[in-house]
Formats: sequence, C-alpha cells, structure tokens
Amino acid sequence: MKFLERLVDKMEPNFEKGGKYEKWFPLFDGFATFLFTPKHTTKKGVHIRDAVDLKRTMNTVIQALIPCLLFGIWNTGFQHYSALGLLEEFGFLDQILFGAIKVLPIVIVSYAVGLGVEFGFCIAKGHPIEEGFLVSGMLIPLIVPADTPLWMVAVATIFAVVFVKEVFGGTGMNILNPALTARAFLYFAYPKQLSGDKAWVNTELPDGYVQTESGKVLNELGQAVGQFDAMAGATQLSRFNASIGIYKEQGIDAGIAALDGAHSLLDSFLGLIPGSIGETSVVAILIGAGLLLHSGVASWKIMASGIFGAVFMTIIFNTAGMNPYMTVGPLEHLTAGGFMFGIVFMATDPVSAAQTEVGKVIYGFFIGLMTIMIRVFNPAYPEGIMLAILFMNVMSPLIDHYVVQGNIKDRLQRAKLHSLTH
Amino acid sequence: MLILPSELSPNQERMSVQVKLRKGANIKLKGVANRVKVDANASDVVALKPSDFHGVIPKLILREGAKVKAGTPIFFDKENVDIKFSSPVSGEIIEIVRGARRVILEIRIKNDGANVAEDFGATDIAAASKEDLTMKLLGAGLWPFIKQRPFNCIANPSDAPKAVFVSAFDTSPLAPDYDFLLEGREEDFQAGIDALAKFSKTGFVNLNVPTSKEVRFNFEDKFVYTDSIGKRVALDYKTAANASAHTGSAKAIKSINDKYGQASDLFTKANNIYLGEISGQHPAGNVGIQIHHINPVNKGEVVWTVNAQDVAMIGNFLRTGKLTAKKLVALTGSEVATPQYYNVTIGQSLDSIFEGNLKDAEEAPRFISGNALTGTKVEKNGFLGFYDSQLTVLPEGNKYDFFGWMLPIQPEKLSLSRTLWSWIIPSKAYRLNTNLNGESRAFVVTGEYEEVLPMKIYPVQLLKSCLVEDIDAMEGLGIYEIVPEDLALCEFACTSKQPVQQILQAGLDLVKKECA
Repeated sequence: MKFLERLVDKMEPNFEKGGKYEKWFPLFDGFATFLFTPKHTTKKGVHIRDAVDLKRTMNTVIQALIPCLLFGIWNTGFQHYSALGLLEEFGFLDQILFGAIKVLPIVIVSYAVGLGVEFGFCIAKGHPIEEGFLVSGMLIPLIVPADTPLWMVAVATIFAVVFVKEVFGGTGMNILNPALTARAFLYFAYPKQLSGDKAWVNTELPDGYVQTESGKVLNELGQAVGQFDAMAGATQLSRFNASIGIYKEQGIDAGIAALDGAHSLLDSFLGLIPGSIGETSVVAILIGAGLLLHSGVASWKIMASGIFGAVFMTIIFNTAGMNPYMTVGPLEHLTAGGFMFGIVFMATDPVSAAQTEVGKVIYGFFIGLMTIMIRVFNPAYPEGIMLAILFMNVMSPLIDHYVVQGNIKDRLQRAKLHSLTH
Repeated sequence: MLILPSELSPNQERMSVQVKLRKGANIKLKGVANRVKVDANASDVVALKPSDFHGVIPKLILREGAKVKAGTPIFFDKENVDIKFSSPVSGEIIEIVRGARRVILEIRIKNDGANVAEDFGATDIAAASKEDLTMKLLGAGLWPFIKQRPFNCIANPSDAPKAVFVSAFDTSPLAPDYDFLLEGREEDFQAGIDALAKFSKTGFVNLNVPTSKEVRFNFEDKFVYTDSIGKRVALDYKTAANASAHTGSAKAIKSINDKYGQASDLFTKANNIYLGEISGQHPAGNVGIQIHHINPVNKGEVVWTVNAQDVAMIGNFLRTGKLTAKKLVALTGSEVATPQYYNVTIGQSLDSIFEGNLKDAEEAPRFISGNALTGTKVEKNGFLGFYDSQLTVLPEGNKYDFFGWMLPIQPEKLSLSRTLWSWIIPSKAYRLNTNLNGESRAFVVTGEYEEVLPMKIYPVQLLKSCLVEDIDAMEGLGIYEIVPEDLALCEFACTSKQPVQQILQAGLDLVKKECA
C-alpha cells in the first residue's frame, strides 16, 4: 500500500489550488478517499475522533441491502420461469443468471449516471464529492421492476439527483428521499410501463421457445414443457385491489373469495412473489434491518412505530370491514408490497426523516398509518408506502418544529416556576 | 428539579440528592497515571497565558523586568478592572511574548526559587463577610479560579449566584483521581468550601461525587500506588485476579477497589455542602451536567463553579494569607513512558515534566494541556494551562489508512457506534491517535449526539441556531445552560466531523456580547 500512498501524494499537487488539473479535484479526491482514509489530523476542538465517518455509515447500509439484492436477482429469474411453467427446465443457476442479466445493468446504470451527475455538480461548484449517493444508487434499482428500460432508470436518477438533492445543497440538505423520488418520477411519468400486471414479471420466451394459443410453451424440439400463467404478473397488492372490483360486481362473498387467490402468507414472507426487484422478501429485509439496528445506523423508533401504525390502521379497517380489501389482516399487509422495504430502508434515511427522537416516533407512526390508508381507500394506487413516505418527508420539519417548541416551552415554564418560588 | 429552602442548615443533617445519568460514554485510553506523586524538576521559567482565559483582554500592570512575588498582580481584565491575574512565583518578568497584532501570548516569569509571597494576611473565614472575601481573592489574583454558568467565563464579583457547584470527580479520558489530588488537604479544602458557601444564595456549596469510581490499571495491567508507609507498590492485576481470595495480592486488589472505588471522606464528610451522588458515564463528571440536573440555570440566573483542586488553593490562601501556587497534575497518555502525578507550579514549563518520560517514537507526538477532548495543543517546551490538572500525550495520526472506512476490524480504532467491531471488547483501552478518521461533512446522521449528551437540550438544533446566529432560538434552546466541554463527547462521536465545540463557543460569544 505504500506504493499507492506515494502515488496519491505525488499526484495530489496537480489537483490542488494552482495545480494543472485544479478543476478535476473532486474526481481525484473521490478516488483517493475511496482508497484511503485521508491523513488529516484534528486541529481545534477534540483531539481524538470516533472511527465512524459517513463512508463507513453508508457502507453499512449497502451491506444491509446485499441480501435484498441477491434475493431479488434470484427471484427475478424464478418469477420469469415460474410464469412460463419452465421451472423444471431451468433450475436454480439459470434463474440466477437470468436475474443477474436483468438486474445488474440497472445497478450499473443507476450508479454510473448518479455519480456522473454528482461529480459534474462538484466540479462545477468546486467542493469534494460526498457519499450520499452510495446508498441511493443501490436503493433505486431495488425499488423498480426488473423489466424497467435502462434509459428510464437513467432519466429518473438524473431527475432525483438534480432536483431532489443537488438544488437543495447536496448531501444532508435534501427534504425528500432521492431514491423514492426517482421511483415516484417513474410511476407518474411512465405509468403504462411501470404499473399494471404486465410490468412485474418478464414473460419473454427463451430463445427458440414458442407459445401456443392454449398457453402451452414448447421448447426448441417442439415438446410441451411449460404452461403460461396469465395471472403470474399480478402482485399481492393488485390482487387485494382487484377484490374490490369483484365485490362491487358480485357481492361481498365473491370479493372475499377472490382474496383467497392471492399468494399465501408464507410466500409473501419469504418473497416468492412478483414485485420490484428488492422489495419482496421480508426475510432478506429483516436480515438487513438487523444489521442496521445493531450497528445503530437506522432508528428503531421509526421502524417500530411504522409497523405499529400500519397494524393499528389495519385493525381499524378489519373492524369496519366495509369491503374485501378492509378484511385483509395485519400480517398480510406487512408482507405485501414494498411496506417492509420502505419502512426499513427508505423511511429511516436520517436526512429526510424527522430528526428529533420524539419526532421519529410520530413520523414513523403516520407513515405506517397512511400506507394502509392509501392502499385501501385509493383504487388508483395499489401501493401506498411510496406516497406515505414522501408526504411524511415533507411534514417532518413541521413535526420537529413542534417537538423543539415543546422543549422551549418547558424551559420557559421551569424559569417561571423558579422565579415564583424564589 | 430541586427547590431548596435557603433557611435549612446543611450541618444539621447530611442531605444528598441522587442523579442517575443514562446517556454518555467513557472513553478508555492507554496511559492511566500511576497513583504516585513525584516532584517535578524545578521550573526555571513559568508563564501565564491570557489565552487560557477566554474572553479576557489583558491589560498589563507590570512590564518586562519588573520584580514580582507570588501573588503580585501582573495584568487585569479590560472589561472588569477588579479581576486581576497574579504571578504564581517570585522572580522577575523576563519576557512578554506577543503574537499577531500585539496580542499577548505569554508572560514569562523567571522563577528565583525563593518562593517569596505577598502577604495578604490570614482570614477568619467564619467571621469574614462576602465582601471581605471578594476583596482578598481579587487582590491576590485568585478570582479567576471562580467561573460561572452561563458562558463558563470568569465570574463577575458583583453578581449574586444562586448556587456554587464543585465537581469532585472528572470522567474525561485519563482524568486524574480527585481523591488522590486532594489527599491530605482536608483543612485547605474545607476552608475553601466555607468561603465559597458565603457567596451562594443557598448558603452551602453543591458538591458532587460519583456513586462509584472505576479503578483503572495502567497499560501493563499494573496498579501502581504508594502504600501507607510510603513504599511504591506495583500490583499485577492479572495474576492477582486468578489467585484465590485468601492470597495477599487478591486481598490487596479487593481492598483497593473498596478504598479507591468510592469517593473519599474528604468530600462526602465535608461541612457546608449539599452532596450530590452522580452515577453514569462521561460527561457525568462535568459540573455543567450536574448543574443541569440539580439546579438548572434559567435566563438571568448565575451559578458559580470552581475546580476542586482550586477550592483547596483558595482555602490555603485564605488560611495562610499567602499564595502557594502549587498543584498536582497527572501526566497521562499512551506516549508517556511512566504516567504519574507531578507536583508542579501553576504555569510550569512542560519541558521539566516531559523530559525523559516520553516513549521513543519516530514522529513527534501531540502534547495536550488538559484532556484529549477539551484540552489545548501545546508545544513540548510550552507551559501548563492555568485551569488544567492533566497533561495528555497522544500519537499524531497523519497517516493514510488503506480502506479505513470499510474494514470492520481495526484494532487501534474505537467507535461508539457499532459500525466498527470495537464494541466486542468493551473493556479495552485504546492508543488513539489524532487522525480525523474521515472528512468534514454536513449534518447527516441524527440521534448520535443525543446518545452521549445527558441533558434535556436538543444539541443539533442548538448548534444550528448558533451557526445562523439566531439569538432568540439559542436562548430558547438552552444556551445559558451548556458550555463547549459538555458537547465534547458529541464532537468525538460526530460522524460528520463537525467542529461542535467551536460552533457552540461562537454562539456563546455572540450571546454574551449582545445580551450582557
């Protein structure tokens, strides 16, 4: 490593003020600080510093996302071959290969475009690059369907980085969660490609395979090896949503019976259901949540109050029971859709969440509550977590304001009491 | 919250209050000072540094060449001409070192070794009035020992503080043991307490002791102390711990924990005090935290604070009428060969202490007057800070760390978060260096300051109001109750490497200027 250190030392003067490549300092600094923690020492204030820094924190979040990424890669392939009935033909490794070919380019595009935009801004503004996008770049692929065209991912990433982060001042200054805004952008700008039943599972036939009218899938030799499943692309939430339509046409019993056609609780817990790349497996998310909670990077208060808020709203709906969707139980709601992913990875983003400890509880509670409310009440949006988190992101400064006002009032009250008794 | 009737006499019953602090963290460093007192080599030159007194603009009374005795005033505070700063030794002012724009950096006094002191006359403390004591302390230059909340500046003699607080322990990294610092000085300490009690509206001094103290062993796992007959004993903790309770060294260990693990009688049995028993990790020893929990400062109120060793110095002066500017200082830190306590003069030149007691190292270490969190960087041939009872010597950290942010195991680094696997061995002592461990960023992570600040104050919101210079917000959020040393642990824990203490100090300076 000594040789690398000497190389960095030798190159550094070219990039500093007055050097030949002064403008490209952020690029050099980004790479140098990726390889090495810099040799800056403390000047004023404390003489010793904690070993944690923003890079280490972000790295912990990325590690927590790895289980979701790996499962998502496999699940993409699994859902694809399952929809065609070809699970026997194409085994575990084929499923992973298919998933990797679909998912990894999205990850690469997300990072390349996002970091490119960030470096551009840093060079223009003349400050070193900051680590915020390391996590957003991993989150964006995990919340889009696997079939999303790469150019759409790029456009959404650019939109999010520029309008949600950079115009506010960069890392630490954003009001909204950038990854979630990228997803919202895709949702509203390209609704046909990214919602509905066709979006979630890739049903392209493998090379040489043909599909007959009756839905049988024939391989290259003409043998019938699979069966096309038309219902494969429907996510858990869209099935819940569909039950309302059935209830309106055929009555409550048919509506509730339609719910039985949804995936089992075990499947939705393990993640063997269609959905965005990383959001399906509650098991993988819980592994990530465990790492985030243990290392202290994410707030348990947001996660716990979010789950509590969701369960609370679900129980209220279960009691009211006015349509089949309202009868869906708490566990089903928690494991369906992107709720767990959102509450563990998105809602806990420290910059856009509430920043006071009391505020975090209120913030999390309302996210959980609103997610279920949007899901059940709104027929147009099957998923509520994205909008609930974005809305609470906007409200979190307000929550913090009132919490801090409480502290200020307590102080004045204490002063008044003290002056009365003395 | 405590509302105390001032008529209650604390001598009639031993009253106390218990405070349990849940937030905070003890930082265990290598280089705990052995429990032995050594006389430092005589310091030829001592120096007073006006920079030790934040906010004071010095105006010289005497010039270079003037002959002084211990207690002769040398300069005063431009804002308050009564507050004088005096020479700690007898001799001659040899040099006034100035910096940019003729700011006085040091006033160097050649110590003639005779230790002649100005005689102010002994005081009968019980009979003396508040005004008498004030005049005596101001005249001899001892007033600067008395500081205040808010702002942690030197107390204003014309104020009437609602309480006087003394913390009898220090939980900072490698901090000296105050029971040891004041061993044998019961009369001086009691005299100081009696005098300070006269200033307080409550009629007594709030003295705070720890519920239990951690007895720390040095980096060779030895507990080195001087026993009752003055012999130096080195107890090997590891072998003693394995031996049965009947053998000599295990019994000695247990008696050491019993004896040194509790606050000494000097504090708990003092008169004219209201005892506070504080349990918790650093910053439980900070007097500001103790004030916040026992008798918080509201806007317009003033609480005075004095360091425990300085209380004894005040007491000694009042009893004898002469200034004996000697104190015990702990030399600590991983780069020290034999960390121990030194008997020094205020303003002692540090060469006389460091010389011959540093480990061999390739690079020069960092010398700190004070502790690793709040101390000031000094040169090897610099001078002891006026208020400091500790010197820390740490290795500099100006080297690269390959993939330092990624590796989960880094044996020489400590993190209060659990992103680094240092949490696996909680009792380990570290040889931390001065590396920044990252780069300076905007505030991103939330909740980490609150984890180590046991106060009902929102630290990040307060710091942000200091940055935008919003005085109303600063007042509302409690700037009168907090000083930079209370936030030092937050600065240590900060992921974004923010200069927290500096930000708060700027805020305090602004409020003091605008609202005084």
